[in-house]
Amino acid sequence: MRFLLPVFLASFAVPAIAAEAWVTNEKDDTVSVIDIETQEVIKTYDTGERPRGITFSRDYSRLYICASDSDTVQVMDPETGKILHDLPSGEDPEQFALHPDDRLLYIANEDDAITTVVDTVERKVVAQIQVGIEPEGMAVSHNGKIAVTTSETTNMAHWIDTESQEIFANTLVDSRPRHAEFTADDKRLWVTSEIGGTITVFTVEDQEEIAKIDFEIKGVRPERVQPVGMRFSPDGKLAIVALGPSNHIAVIDAETFEVKKYILVGRRVWHLAFSPDGSKLFTTNGVSGDVTVVDMDSLQAVKTIKVGRYPWGVAIRP
Amino acid sequence: METLMSFQKLRIFLTALSATVGASTGIAHAVDVSVLYLERQVQRPPTLSVLDAVPDDLGRAGAELALFENTATARFLGHTYTLDTVVVGVEDDFSDAITKALADGHRLIVANAPADDLLTLADHPNAKDALILNGTAPDDRLRRDACRANLLHTIPSRSMLADAVTQFLVKKRWADWLLISGEGPGDEEYAAALRAAAAKFNAKIVEEKIWRFDADMRRNAAQEVPVFTQGKDYDAVLVADEIGDWARYVLYNTWLPRPVAGSEGITPVAWSPVIEQWGAAQLQKRFADATGRGMQSDDYGVWAGLRAIGEAVTRTKSADPATLRAYMLSQDFELAAFKGRKATFRAWNGQMRQPIPLVHSRAVVAQAPIEGYLHRVSELDTLGQDEAETDCTAF
Repeated sequence: MRFLLPVFLASFAVPAIAAEAWVTNEKDDTVSVIDIETQEVIKTYDTGERPRGITFSRDYSRLYICASDSDTVQVMDPETGKILHDLPSGEDPEQFALHPDDRLLYIANEDDAITTVVDTVERKVVAQIQVGIEPEGMAVSHNGKIAVTTSETTNMAHWIDTESQEIFANTLVDSRPRHAEFTADDKRLWVTSEIGGTITVFTVEDQEEIAKIDFEIKGVRPERVQPVGMRFSPDGKLAIVALGPSNHIAVIDAETFEVKKYILVGRRVWHLAFSPDGSKLFTTNGVSGDVTVVDMDSLQAVKTIKVGRYPWGVAIRP
Repeated sequence: METLMSFQKLRIFLTALSATVGASTGIAHAVDVSVLYLERQVQRPPTLSVLDAVPDDLGRAGAELALFENTATARFLGHTYTLDTVVVGVEDDFSDAITKALADGHRLIVANAPADDLLTLADHPNAKDALILNGTAPDDRLRRDACRANLLHTIPSRSMLADAVTQFLVKKRWADWLLISGEGPGDEEYAAALRAAAAKFNAKIVEEKIWRFDADMRRNAAQEVPVFTQGKDYDAVLVADEIGDWARYVLYNTWLPRPVAGSEGITPVAWSPVIEQWGAAQLQKRFADATGRGMQSDDYGVWAGLRAIGEAVTRTKSADPATLRAYMLSQDFELAAFKGRKATFRAWNGQMRQPIPLVHSRAVVAQAPIEGYLHRVSELDTLGQDEAETDCTAF
């Protein structure tokens, strides 16, 4: 009995399903799986070439990965790390967003100036929508009615009616828009502009620009402040934006658009994701090849976790 | 021909789509933009090596790509672009050609032409209300005493290139130079820019030599260059050889084990096929897919000229040259130039501010401005003539 006891205890110490952060490593062709409790990499799985965008199905039973240079979206079983199948995705898929119906995937095809809509069940392309050059940011509203693609060289947010799969509006933003995000109530859309160095906020109802958010970090050259990925906190009160090669993230009041704090993270921060309870934030730092853990109560970076080369996207599995 | 075909296909594809997309967007305000791509062909002197043929569509391919990109944006706004191409042969009369082009109504011009021809164009009576983008001529005088109000520059000046490589070498503490310059076109100007840069950033030219060998260096470099580079001690060999004639034979043949920089070795450029960061991989791919070759500095300069017009049209919703010029020179203008920072224009001489990559044939070594070179307005203005030192009075 004596030698069995430690095993017995250990199984209690680790919750049955620990939350995980899944990180795509762009230049290693892998995903790293981080245990959110222990904040350690527990697994690394191979993917297709140049994995970037990453998201889970609603029930977290499937993981979708944009394997950009393999020109495919891969579907992985997160339990085993096995690639179940590939989805037709159009060329060079960079980012995508899953429709709330858990079925349609909206994919930005960076090299093709196209947004591809894929039915993940039938595994076929249901629509291709011509957008601007270098589409990248992709978002679907929570009510499922609108999809938005941002195109980096055309400098626009393209608003797509998900019923007709047609563009119904185009709004100009500053240079090189990288990411779009709807607020939880679908009333507003935020778009980050990497080279412009700004975030543009639109009202969804009429696609009117209502705010432009600028950033200024003491001791950092303004050209290095390049907004890329962003997320709203689970309570909707804060927006957190990754500021690329400035190596900082900005904490923004989602109502007043005031920047409350800049937090130093790793080098060239790309994307971020919250732990299920919203207490921790995970940022992918491309150049330093690691993930920074930010404590959201104290708004401090608390840990750095080494992952693969050029970590890019991150998705959370509760 | 292959190039044009593939760009044309893209364009037809876009035009077909524009009708449906434009109609459904509801933000269309028709603006029709007509741009002239003007190329003056030059007699290129022979070079020792026959390895690097100059592509026939050098520069023009940049215009074709920019047209494609501008059109992609334009169709969402109800704008259209037309690109007319005029190529003036070596023997042809340049004045006649531009008189005709201006009489045809062209007032937005992206030029691939030497400095003297650019001045002829800018000073033409019918070009007073035109806007000319210089995509290829690096001559500093066009940004200084010979500047023209209707002439903006997207290609970096020689002094920007020289400042860029100098910042790097001084930062590396390779500050004592042997400077070798050739007698080809532009070599003396390039050497002068390097001398000025050395004075500006505190590098020292310990010795200067003129390359006068006329033997075939593919056979003799190993014998000649070591002796030629013997003398005082230096940290680096700077070479001024703009047409790529002889400097390639200096690398690894120097008397002392020293890096080579300038026209060979660590080379400051507007653009190079080895640039892949900051989204450049996408631009390179679009260009290579359409042309079957890598994108060079002259392609980039012309591309940036037409893209700058495109950005200004998109934001001002106007094709009026005066409106576009005013916008380009304003603080509101920004072009995502695939070099990690927005490109803007210097209001005092019309030069596009931009980072300068320092490359060798396989990779980017560094990108200027080099960290640590500070400036009260923009660190990009540590490259080339700054506002305080300009003798351009046309702006």
